[in-house]
Amino acid sequence: MSTVKLTVNGKAVSAEVEDRTLLVHLLRDNLNLTGTHVGCDTSQCGACVVHIDGRAVKSCTVLAGQAAGSNVTTIEGIAKGDELHPMQAAFRDNHGLQCGYCTPGMIMSAIDIVHRHSGKLDEATVRHELEGNICRCTGYHNIVKAVLDAAGRMKVAQAAE
Amino acid sequence: MGVEGIGASVVRKEDRRFITGKGRYVDDIKLVGMTHAHFVRSPHAHARIKSIDTSAAMNMPGVVGVLTGQQLVDDKIGNLICGWAITSKDGTGMKMGAWPAMAPETVRFVGQAVAVVVAETKNQAKDAAEAVVVNYEELPAVPDIRAAIAPGAPQLHPEAPGNVIYDWTIGDEGATDAAFKSAANVVSLDITNNRLVPNAMEPRAAIAEYNEPEEHFTLYTTSQNPHVARLVLSAFYNIAQEHKLRVVAPDVGGGFGSKIFIYPEEMVALWASKKVGRPVKWTGDRTEAFLTDAHGRDHLTKAEMALDKDNKVTGLRVKTYANLGGYMSLFSSSVPTYLYATLLSGQYNIPNIFAEVISVYTNTVPVDAYRGAGRPEASFVVERLMETAARQLKIDPAELRRKNFITQFPHQTPVIMAYDIGDFNASLDAAMKAIDYAGFPARKAKAKSEGKLRGIGVSCYIEACGIAPSKAVGSLGAGVGLWESAEVRVNPVGTIEVLTGSHSHGQGHETSFCQLVAERLGIPISQVQIVHGDTDKVQFGMGTYGSRSAAVGLTAILKAMEKVEAKAKKIAAHQLEASENDIVIENGEFKVTGTDKSIALPMVALAAYTAHNLPDGMEPGLKEGAFYDPTNFTFPAGAYICEMEVDAATGKTSFVNFVAADDFGRLINPMIVEGQVHGGLAQGIGQALLEGVVYDASGQLVTASFMDYTMPRADDLPSFKLSHTTTLCPGNPLGVKGCGEAGAIGASAAVINAITDAIGNNNLEMPATPDRVWHAIHG
Ligand code: FES
Ligand code: FES
Repeated sequence: MSTVKLTVNGKAVSAEVEDRTLLVHLLRDNLNLTGTHVGCDTSQCGACVVHIDGRAVKSCTVLAGQAAGSNVTTIEGIAKGDELHPMQAAFRDNHGLQCGYCTPGMIMSAIDIVHRHSGKLDEATVRHELEGNICRCTGYHNIVKAVLDAAGRMKVAQAAE
Repeated sequence: MGVEGIGASVVRKEDRRFITGKGRYVDDIKLVGMTHAHFVRSPHAHARIKSIDTSAAMNMPGVVGVLTGQQLVDDKIGNLICGWAITSKDGTGMKMGAWPAMAPETVRFVGQAVAVVVAETKNQAKDAAEAVVVNYEELPAVPDIRAAIAPGAPQLHPEAPGNVIYDWTIGDEGATDAAFKSAANVVSLDITNNRLVPNAMEPRAAIAEYNEPEEHFTLYTTSQNPHVARLVLSAFYNIAQEHKLRVVAPDVGGGFGSKIFIYPEEMVALWASKKVGRPVKWTGDRTEAFLTDAHGRDHLTKAEMALDKDNKVTGLRVKTYANLGGYMSLFSSSVPTYLYATLLSGQYNIPNIFAEVISVYTNTVPVDAYRGAGRPEASFVVERLMETAARQLKIDPAELRRKNFITQFPHQTPVIMAYDIGDFNASLDAAMKAIDYAGFPARKAKAKSEGKLRGIGVSCYIEACGIAPSKAVGSLGAGVGLWESAEVRVNPVGTIEVLTGSHSHGQGHETSFCQLVAERLGIPISQVQIVHGDTDKVQFGMGTYGSRSAAVGLTAILKAMEKVEAKAKKIAAHQLEASENDIVIENGEFKVTGTDKSIALPMVALAAYTAHNLPDGMEPGLKEGAFYDPTNFTFPAGAYICEMEVDAATGKTSFVNFVAADDFGRLINPMIVEGQVHGGLAQGIGQALLEGVVYDASGQLVTASFMDYTMPRADDLPSFKLSHTTTLCPGNPLGVKGCGEAGAIGASAAVINAITDAIGNNNLEMPATPDRVWHAIHG
């Protein structure tokens, strides 16, 4: 067992975990942040994506200890109070989710995609960049629409800031 | 239509919790004192258990119990059942072998549970499971149909000689043979319908809690039909009495059929929670999902079509072997029979059909319903045959279909189904227009000049949805009735709770069901709440599968609404001193027609509960229930056309265009309906191009993770072009048909027809991977 200290959604936290504990389990089991999901055991599905220091990472691939000292943002941490993150709003408005299980990981990946392609995103790029995330419900059609829509909204939001 | 009423693309109410990470799935739930279960699973496809030594595991840190299959037997826990009886052509019943929740003696597929470790933490349970020593005597395995039915094949269950569970037929064999004898042309095909894994993104999970003084169990589970789970768990498995068992299916992360069934893990969790005196949680990992979720499809079929000199189809003959795996799952027997062979008429007027279905045990995970359940397999057979016939007869595939379309309704097929309504030409017209069918030859020529092979594939599917009616399914062998129930509770303040036996696991009921209430009362959907998924809250229900939620579940709500409205009108009339026949409901108010007198819904509700001033003899309260049993299935249908390009050098396929024209009757929420179609298309295309279960010759599952089993990803799929034509279903008052499975039913044939058209070789099996396509091109 060891103590891991990190910042999660802007709050300093520390947790006692076994050395083999994965970040996803620290979030879900120790911190009760159950929005980050587990969909596989081979780092293939992306249900567990969170941001570590601003970059999208599969939290089932990172040991909790490796995340020590870093800034972790989960799906619970992206809205500003009642105001949804533009990506969340775009997923809702474009019906980019059905069962909602892949959705937190999708949204976290999608935000990172928009950040990395600021200014120019097209359908082919979104589809290609979403390759690390599996959705079984939506056929991706509306997810792709949502990401493209959010790219615009995020630009507007940024301009306003 | 109000802004949130029927036909409006209302944004979903349930989304807020999902997009903020506040959904509540089974694995998110923690109970006080909760322990964790991990199963010890067979590494062999077929073996006899000689001994199990649990002593080392018992002494591992945190372990609170290690339980084996023999203990289940000792505690008289029942075997898993199959709830749909099929009679063979010789009049005998199904030859069903026993399926214990954990094997006490013999394992019949890799991954079958033999013991379970319960410990304080999940990791401790996993560690200790490694220390359980199982001594197996390996037996020869039969991992596929051909091996299982070969003479001298190893026998899986003594009850099923030759590994055949039943040999069932439907249709008129003599008349069909005669049609083939007098045919001008006969087309035949050997078809493999590849085995698939449903792979809902949320792995199955269960938490069981036993309350000793009350002798009461609670089960949180990833189920599509919690009431049926409770019924089966109590009626057949001797785990708990029905009134002493609460089943809760909270947010469920996709089902696609795979979460209809009762699985061993749920039974064991319940039983173990009593044994160890603590709540027990089990959450499967993805590999367990591959190894133990019911798989889908897996047919070997010989199909033949007879046509007369005018290219009218005169007969269809199908012989199908269905692989049901090592045991019979809850509804498995119905899938290749009544859900498959009864749809073999497709959209066509075929006077003679005869189908034989032989179901077979193999050393693989049990197979059961998966999106479409039998209907994708039927549609694939019919639509591949149609395309093949058109090529053989050198006529346009769309034209051949048109020539044979059913145009008069109702239409009785030779295989039970009575289609109530449809307009197949309208769907085909819409799809052909959307893809510019007429312009295809020019596009093909242009592609050719650029060194690419281009093909177009048509698929005109029909399905039977809204599964029920109870009398009909009962006569066909179902062990349950397939009605649905609903209750509408108007609270004293005028807000409304709708309790439904349907279960939403992505289908958006929390929004679309509210739209019906909003429409009828003229109130916003925020005033209405759907309650579902908890047997303590909803009295009974049959769950969600087979695209039955709108046609059956929503109609039940409508029936309950009608009762509520009738009573509310009586109250309003009394309050307004008017005749109840003069009361109309508008914008949340009860109005006296032709006057300005009105009373708002909350005041009517309040009057019902204060009961100070009700009509003489009226019971207080405003809540009504209904059970709805439909008179027929519903028959969604449509036309899908896909244009694909193939790179001859690599065998890689790519979509040029995919269009879908569906007739689902009335659409409650078009946005949700389109989402359902997208998802179905992705699964149908996944089957056609990517997905396929591989067992090796010894019965090891080679595709047991997302590394080995190709799931469709965003880059594998096109954007879809959808359109709708509408014939209202006459069988229910809403005119709805069902949309959840259409995409999965219609897509595969369109894709394979397009690729085989492009490469000029009709001999191509699913999944049409680049490797297979390359070989089909280059021999
Ligand atoms: S759970 Fe992390 S990638 Fe699947
Ligand atoms: S919405 Fe269900 S898996 Fe994506």
